[in-house]
Amino acid sequence: MNTYCRLLRRSSTRYLLHRSNSNSQHSTQFPGFRGHFGTSRPLEQLLGDPKRTLSTVFPPLREHIGSGLTSACNVAGHTHRLPCRFFGSAPIVMQRNPKFSTINADDITKFKEILGEKNVVQDEERLLAANTDWMRKYKGSSTLVLQPRTTEEVSWILKYCNSRCLAVVPQGGNTGLVGGSVPVFDEVIITMGSMKNIISFDKVSGILVCEAGCILENLVSFLDSQGFVMPLDLGAKGSCQIGGNVSTNAGGLRFLRYGSLHGNVLGLEAVLANGTVLDMLGTLRKDNTGYDLKHLFIGSEGSLGIISKVSILVPPKLSSVNLAFLACKDYVSCQNLLLEAKRKLGEILSAFEFLDSDSMDLVLNHLEGVRNPLPPSMHNFYVLIETTGSDQSYDKEKLEAFLLRSMEGGLISDGVLAQDINQAFSFWRIREGVPEALMKAGAVYKYDLSLPVEKMYDLVEAMRIRLGPAAKVVGYGHLGDGNLHLNISLPEYDDTVLGLVEPFVYEWTSKYRGSISAEHGLGLMKANKIHYSKSPECVDLMVSIKKLLDPNGILNPYKVLPSSLTS
Amino acid sequence: MKIMVAIKRVVDYAVKIRVKPDKTGVETTNVKMSMNPFCEIALEEALRIRESGQASEVVAVSMGPQQCVDTLRTGLAMGADRGIHVETKEMLYPLSVAKLLRALVEVEKPQILILGKQAIDDDCNQTGQMVAGLLNWPQGTFASKVVLDKEKQELTVDREVDGGLETLCLDLPAVITTDLRLNQPRYATLPNIMKAKSKVIKKYTPEELNVEIKSDLEIVQVTEPPKRKSGVMVSSVDELIDKLKNEARVI
Ligand SMILES: Cc1cc2nc3c(=O)[nH]c(=O)nc-3n(C[C@H](O)[C@H](O)[C@H](O)COP(=O)(O)OP(=O)(O)OC[C@H]3O[C@@H](n4cnc5c(N)ncnc54)[C@H](O)[C@@H]3O)c2cc1C
Repeated sequence: MNTYCRLLRRSSTRYLLHRSNSNSQHSTQFPGFRGHFGTSRPLEQLLGDPKRTLSTVFPPLREHIGSGLTSACNVAGHTHRLPCRFFGSAPIVMQRNPKFSTINADDITKFKEILGEKNVVQDEERLLAANTDWMRKYKGSSTLVLQPRTTEEVSWILKYCNSRCLAVVPQGGNTGLVGGSVPVFDEVIITMGSMKNIISFDKVSGILVCEAGCILENLVSFLDSQGFVMPLDLGAKGSCQIGGNVSTNAGGLRFLRYGSLHGNVLGLEAVLANGTVLDMLGTLRKDNTGYDLKHLFIGSEGSLGIISKVSILVPPKLSSVNLAFLACKDYVSCQNLLLEAKRKLGEILSAFEFLDSDSMDLVLNHLEGVRNPLPPSMHNFYVLIETTGSDQSYDKEKLEAFLLRSMEGGLISDGVLAQDINQAFSFWRIREGVPEALMKAGAVYKYDLSLPVEKMYDLVEAMRIRLGPAAKVVGYGHLGDGNLHLNISLPEYDDTVLGLVEPFVYEWTSKYRGSISAEHGLGLMKANKIHYSKSPECVDLMVSIKKLLDPNGILNPYKVLPSSLTS
Repeated sequence: MKIMVAIKRVVDYAVKIRVKPDKTGVETTNVKMSMNPFCEIALEEALRIRESGQASEVVAVSMGPQQCVDTLRTGLAMGADRGIHVETKEMLYPLSVAKLLRALVEVEKPQILILGKQAIDDDCNQTGQMVAGLLNWPQGTFASKVVLDKEKQELTVDREVDGGLETLCLDLPAVITTDLRLNQPRYATLPNIMKAKSKVIKKYTPEELNVEIKSDLEIVQVTEPPKRKSGVMVSSVDELIDKLKNEARVI
């Protein structure tokens, strides 16, 4: 082999565009979302582009919002009651908290003085993008985006806003799915995208320290060059930031193997509402000195402080990865397959995902370049099993033997095994592409639930019966973690349908002691629903903590906890 | 009729290539290896011809170290009937491969030999042409469509050439090399993986085939392409013009 390898691979990028890199094609309908599924770009290229956060990722969003969104929120400064209507959840009457002030010319001057003209954004296009969430379901009416570059600047901003009683929304990659990352009314948006430095990487212990605004995929490519991987991976990796991931305690596709961020995050630096910088940026695996405060911030969705730096334990990249795309005839078989996989593949199992035939159908119909790996007929359920280990021939043999036995035993009705990385990409593309396909199909109500695995799919079936032909009900998700993504897809948002879905879905989940938010958080969508999963005593303590850390309630108001308890 | 397909084990298409620090070649230890994508297309075409009833057997051939057997297993799992592995630790260049293939053609007597148009590691694009020359068979290279007429013992091959398509008619036996758009290769299904386990892979050494592995080429050095510099933001048209004039010197 010689030097042409590289060139050749470049020159043959045409090759299998539809397989390896189909990502770039999905932007036809919503070009602004390309970043979510983009494949790796050189780190330096991305890191070197200060404008990326808003303007280059989201501009085309503008064309797709507007008409559909009833936002009653451009009432900054007014204190009367008004209905604030969002499509994500049942109608709620919301009131702008009258104790918050509104931005004035003095504030802007101050911000510009400290942050520099460029980092005080009032440009309409960029405001619109930052005001609108990924699903184009929630839209605020903020008139100001601030882009801090350092912890000191974050601290200064919060101190100032706190003293003026100006409400703020921390924003990462704005890929959150519960309306947590955009303002409800006129809150100041603080975007973290300029804080994207990798601070250190210790190869011996596998500890990465970086700023909160680093895009997940950039960290993935950086670590790849060092022979390591991030302990989390999700479909939004091209846009979401590590700070956002930690703030939502994101789960994702490798949760089964590497566990929760509560385990992998070793330390944090966070800034409180009054500007106090909490240095919890430890890099120790063991540290039992007092209360472990960082855990309060993991999953707090920007309501307790702004995360500015993260130290995270990253596992070494193992050389042998195998992926099978399988068909099962019923849900019971999926369950039994999971049980068997845990037992027989235990030490190498790294993902166990599922989707039903309706999800598959959506992907095949709405995403370009995706082909059904198991033609010609459709199967009721599809399962992806990934193994990660250190010995290719051993792992492959083990997986093959397992699959063949499962097939003989009737657990699997058909299946394919990826023979190269491109094939693996195209299988993952199907599973990871479900949210995107749902977006393209029309309106969607999304529920992210933790349920006992054996009960999980009953809810999907119950919902189908409840809604009849009016809506398409699809179920997919992280089966290995007992996490169902229940999605209801219909041509347009429809209150009658929503009335049938909620509170039924929450009550059902509560009845089986599940969680109404497995990994996406509560955000705005489910702030008032927390009691379905948490006892009054627990919610009360949460409210006390919120009041202690943020007495003025300026950090991400109206989110996470019921407003009736916090304002 | 028998079809022989050559398949090569290469660094996976999706792997980021790293040059060895001593510049003697490309890093392959602990790197994912897979079947060359063009060879996958070649094999797929052979399988389709067999499935159309016009051929009775597809034989997959690979050359190189022991691990080539894994690549052959993939080929068998896709549907090839049997495999042949010419085992050698020597560095193989296109001419050696072409000579080995000629020797195997003499043993197996296929009517059609299909290869990828090139391997994505060395990018040579020579083997198919060389073996056709050695065998004195007609060749249809860069095929984007292949139609076999068994009665007439004829192959019609469309080739993508600059500015359009060229259609060739070849008498059998013949050599075909495959281009990208010829077909979309199938996946290895579990039932086929299972069947592949009992398929035979026959081993040869170059000596047994009376081929001496030697090269007329010497690799002097392997280096990475120069790194792309990151872009800069200019604040005005004047600055842009200034940079184009004085830094890039293009205007
Ligand atoms: C296609 C797609 C697939 C997804 N798949 C998964 C999945 O598999 N698993 C999963 O768990 N989630 C998934 N998500 C949702 C997931 O929560 C987000 O993608 C991600 O974790 C949020 O990161 P972000 O940087 O975009 O944060 P944002 O959306 O910007 O913010 C999310 C929340 O965190 C707060 N926040 C952001 N940054 C900070 C900070 N530095 N300090 C304090 N608060 C902050 C915001 O105020 C907001 O409340 C998916 C989303 C999409 C669009």
